[in-house]
Amino acid sequence: MKTRIYVTLKSGVLDPQGKAIHHALEGLGFSGVEDVRQGKYIELEHGEGVSDADLDAMCRKLLANTVIENYRIERG
Amino acid sequence: MKSAVIVFPGSNCDRDLAVAIEEVTGRAPTMLWHRETELPDGVDLVAVPGGFSYGDYLRSGAMAARSPVMNAVVRAAERGVPILGVCNGFQILTEAGLLPGALMRNAGLSFVCRPVALTVENSQSIFTNRYDAGEAITIPVAHHDGNYTADAETLDRLEGEGRVAFRYAEQVNGSARGIAGIVNGAGNVLGMMPHPERMIGPEHGGSDGRRLFEGLLEAVA
Repeated sequence: MKTRIYVTLKSGVLDPQGKAIHHALEGLGFSGVEDVRQGKYIELEHGEGVSDADLDAMCRKLLANTVIENYRIERG
Repeated sequence: MKSAVIVFPGSNCDRDLAVAIEEVTGRAPTMLWHRETELPDGVDLVAVPGGFSYGDYLRSGAMAARSPVMNAVVRAAERGVPILGVCNGFQILTEAGLLPGALMRNAGLSFVCRPVALTVENSQSIFTNRYDAGEAITIPVAHHDGNYTADAETLDRLEGEGRVAFRYAEQVNGSARGIAGIVNGAGNVLGMMPHPERMIGPEHGGSDGRRLFEGLLEAVA
């Protein structure tokens, strides 16, 4: 099974990398982009025995820093 | 003073810290591999060094904070043992939950490596008792992820409780309220991005970092 985990910065947390990407897009002449936020995408390959609770614990304990980040789990 | 320096895969400031501690205290620290589960008996100081533990993969300090030795460090912190985290060590202490907030990518997106001017905000802690409150000192930084972030309530609490130990006197990395170093509520855990171990004598260009170790030695003696 494949589970996709998306880790994103909480709204309100300044994202310097997203800002740099935004500037670069403007530099390339793309207008109309109002904001850019950068996150992480983590793909897990696992057996059926891995529960939703396990996946949630993985996110809380290691994959996301919940002080600054949110996470979203898409079970495959 | 009996001390221990934790060694993680990828740490590269562990020896700098050990040399500084030995030079100031006269006793070499125990170098403790991250897979150890116990600290040396009667340890007076645990130092968590700088330098890209686990290659900064996932997030700076994220994997080091979950290594076996950190359980022992957290227990020691709860017993009141002084814990010093420098640079990646500061990142590890926040990831381990010993200090609030998080360290993000520098606002300028550059790796910053140079001596910086700091203001000592609190001279009452075991780490800062050899400084004067409001004193200007210079200690080098070398980091890519030193942008201290916490919610406004946490920042207000840190300021209100006098837990900001050092503040940048100049803009360095975008840190909230210019915070360069903080202590925990009990005052026995300090995390700071600048490297005091790199400023312990004239050959380093100054000794402003040395007083941190001297103050600790005095506090635990």
